[in-house]
Amino acid sequence: MAVKQTLKSKSTKKVVPNDASSVTLRNVSKSYGEVWLSDDVLKDVTIEFPAGELTVIVGPSGCGKSTLVNIMAGFETPDSGEVLIDNKPITGPAKDRMVVFQETALIPWQTTYENVVFGPKMRGDKSGQALKDEAEALLVKVGLGEFIHKYPIQLSGGMQRRAELARALINEPTVMIMDEPFRGLDAMSRSLMQEFFLDLFEENKKTNIFVTSEIDEAIFLADNLVVLSNKPTTVQTVMNIKLPRPRDYKMLTTEQAFKYKKKAMELLHDEAMKSFAVLK
Amino acid sequence: MTATKKSFFAKFTGQVTLKRGVSAILIFLVIWHVGALFDDWFGVDIIGIGLVPPPADVFAAFLEVIPKIGYWQSWVSSFSRVLTGFLVAMLIGIPFGLLLAVNRYFRGLFFPPFEILRPIPPLAWVPASLIFWPTNEMSIAFVTFLGAFFTIVINVLGGARSIDISYLRAAQSMGASQFDLFWKIVLPGTLPSIFTGAAVGMGITWEVVLAAEMISGGGTQGGGGLGFFIWNSYMGGSLEQIVVGMISIGIAGYLSSSAIRKLGYFMMPWRRLF
Repeated sequence: MAVKQTLKSKSTKKVVPNDASSVTLRNVSKSYGEVWLSDDVLKDVTIEFPAGELTVIVGPSGCGKSTLVNIMAGFETPDSGEVLIDNKPITGPAKDRMVVFQETALIPWQTTYENVVFGPKMRGDKSGQALKDEAEALLVKVGLGEFIHKYPIQLSGGMQRRAELARALINEPTVMIMDEPFRGLDAMSRSLMQEFFLDLFEENKKTNIFVTSEIDEAIFLADNLVVLSNKPTTVQTVMNIKLPRPRDYKMLTTEQAFKYKKKAMELLHDEAMKSFAVLK
Repeated sequence: MTATKKSFFAKFTGQVTLKRGVSAILIFLVIWHVGALFDDWFGVDIIGIGLVPPPADVFAAFLEVIPKIGYWQSWVSSFSRVLTGFLVAMLIGIPFGLLLAVNRYFRGLFFPPFEILRPIPPLAWVPASLIFWPTNEMSIAFVTFLGAFFTIVINVLGGARSIDISYLRAAQSMGASQFDLFWKIVLPGTLPSIFTGAAVGMGITWEVVLAAEMISGGGTQGGGGLGFFIWNSYMGGSLEQIVVGMISIGIAGYLSSSAIRKLGYFMMPWRRLF
């Protein structure tokens, strides 16, 4: 609640520009290991991420969601297929696609402020007072105005995720890739962060790719819900979640939301059973 | 307001720590005293400490050597050997360890010989280095260097390789060059391991320097260092002075490692918080 109030009261000024790109995965396959003993992780994955929409990817655990994230971010290259941003193939990691990692990837030896200005300062495309003002405005926006000179370890889990959002947004990405960003948070912080994240998204409408294994979280956030299959991972179903925006947590108890949840659970359950059966 | 409160609190705990430290040392001295004089009092020897001189005698021996220039020369020569070996080991070891960590060709080339040389104890190098190096001083410094070098390299290598890959990836996304990655992620990320390596390496350096001084004989007592001071006292049959030498080494080691701790505290502000 406190988080939201901070956001609402301070967010009159627009801090983040609205630029969004479409992302396309075309027949992406990836396997690890030698040819004679290879482990196919992704097989012919084709997904369209429309510009300015929030697409959530869910799948059974261990199905290769993180591999998909690494390929879209450019940290890993697919064996075949390609990743297109606004119809142009990517060539590696770049600041148009910012990743918020599982757990935290804030740099421990930099203060919150230093973390946020790290990218622009390193590239030299923003500097001086303008950069300082922008970083401070962003940190105020994510409710960390009082914590700008603290080190990550002094922040709570929820604060760390918000600092990470600020660090990503200052680079003016057109795509945000969130790899299970709220994993490891307690239930309360998690739902506060979800609401905070939705407010942020509904305000700046960047293309968001959000990976999670929580169905409630997925339905609460998503415009489009991509359900992945068991390994080798392919796209099983894409669901459009037509809950109205702006959303709040009460919508999860509506009949409509429940129908989405039931469908997604059935799909995921089947896939999870398959990987469970493989273990036996 | 908070600042004064905090400093008062800090002073208070500081005093408690000091009191604990002093009482621990006092209790140790009492046990030592009782142990040393047990034989005189009860006519039964406690095996192991029966012949140890009591603290009062050692203290007297301490007072005796303190005005002597030779004793302080021992300090200076041991310290300068330790520092020479240690600093050279840091200067070569840190870049070497970092190169092993970041460059796979360099690692392929230099890691195997490094791993073959590493298990050889520094003291096993003493005879060879006495022969190969032109002066005694250089061979002692060399052996000292070896003692710290391997530990520092292994720590730096391990530390640099265990940096969370997401820091590197995050920096790459934000447009970091190889140069940025090294200076802004790898090097600061390795600092804690560098300091661990330095602290352990410093300890080994002291062990090695004393043994090397005993073996090489040193020459004059002044040039011999604290190791030779002990050896000389042993040859001269002065039990008290042996213990004086031992305690001097304890103090010297403590001073060296607290200097490293202080430096680490100063250089890694983000680690002060836990």
